[in-house]
Amino acid sequence: MSEDWPLYEVFIRSRSGLEHKHVGSLHAADARMAIEHARDVYTRRQEGVSLWVVRSADIIASDPEEADALFEPARDKVYRHPTFYAIPEEVKNL
Amino acid sequence: MYTQALDTHGKEPVPAAGGESAALAQRFQARVDAEDKIEPKDWMPDAYRQTLIRQISQHAHSEIVGMLPEGNWITRAPSLRRKAVLIAKVQDEGGHGMYLYSAAETLGISRAQMFEQLLSGTAKYSSIFNYPTLTWADVGAIGWLVDGAAIMNQIPICRCSYGPYARAMVRICKEESFHQRQGFEIMLTLAQGSGAQRAMAQDALNRWWWPSIMMFGPSDADSRHTAQSMRWKIKRFSNDELRQKFIDITVPQAQFLGLSIPDRELRFDPGTQHYLIGPIDWNEFHAVLKGNGPCNRERLEARRTADEAGRWVREAAAAHAVKQHRRTPQAAGGMEPEAS
Repeated sequence: MSEDWPLYEVFIRSRSGLEHKHVGSLHAADARMAIEHARDVYTRRQEGVSLWVVRSADIIASDPEEADALFEPARDKVYRHPTFYAIPEEVKNL
Repeated sequence: MYTQALDTHGKEPVPAAGGESAALAQRFQARVDAEDKIEPKDWMPDAYRQTLIRQISQHAHSEIVGMLPEGNWITRAPSLRRKAVLIAKVQDEGGHGMYLYSAAETLGISRAQMFEQLLSGTAKYSSIFNYPTLTWADVGAIGWLVDGAAIMNQIPICRCSYGPYARAMVRICKEESFHQRQGFEIMLTLAQGSGAQRAMAQDALNRWWWPSIMMFGPSDADSRHTAQSMRWKIKRFSNDELRQKFIDITVPQAQFLGLSIPDRELRFDPGTQHYLIGPIDWNEFHAVLKGNGPCNRERLEARRTADEAGRWVREAAAAHAVKQHRRTPQAAGGMEPEAS
């Protein structure tokens, strides 16, 4: 059984002004082939104006097991949202 | 394009062992019940993982093998427009295979392993592709019926509990509807054409109707995994429910075309508001799945030949990548020289 080419994650900017968004992954021998394959596999219908490909091995992801420890501290800080503050109706432009 | 309820193949899901894994399994099921999505790095029962690997890889193989029957007509499409459309459609099927292989890989199986399973004949793919495309009308019938059945099967999978599979399916379903419409348009053109063209369309319907009906898999009474797959929210509707939906929407379409469904027992039941069909020949279904359909050997042979013929290209690309990496590691990325 032959070995797989490296795996790349593909990100597309759907139109200028928007951020690149993850769409999927593919295998390629090198960066240029990854871009060309990403064009063929993920943008057959004008889905984007720009592509990023990143070797999957280079992505550092948070551990789902640690999700609570990482994200719990934000849970009780509702005062970070504007709706937390009661402002009288008659006050405008706030 | 195409999935089939192939969930009757493979081992039975193993019940979770006691202790810690039972607690994990319980938490897992609670997340699934709450319509939370399961992502690759999340804990999941091994049977869930294995079921998904089997289903997603079979689905991917179906897309890849599914390129063959239609690819057969690219060089003989009746006009440049039809040819451009057919190329685009076949290219989509290839793309769908790629999305699905990627989704399966997130579960821990490699692309090379999946190819190996396909080429060695141990993996299944949708039985529909083991039927030949004898005339141009078959390209119309495939788009209309086979893609139509596939869409019916696939739309509920967009809500599958496993995130990567659900996301791949959303992308696929978006692209699929053009496939079905172009097929129906071919059928409509033939149905409104000469006597010979109408006969060709009818002949294609005659040959593709029952295999399309069988795409939904064994009847619920014989489908061993349906209940577990439903609990895991991999599956949302039973094979028979989806089959009935497909029949109900397709029969009026055939009537519009002025073609007749090859089933003498077909009738509309006013009580249930459903079209009822005659008995399905399950012997044929099982024979084709076992490898004895009209084109099983030919399809696998075509895949093996493609794999073999493409080997030098893959080797050249790999050698090129290694060379580029030696020159400018930063720019080339990709495959590194082995000694580094």
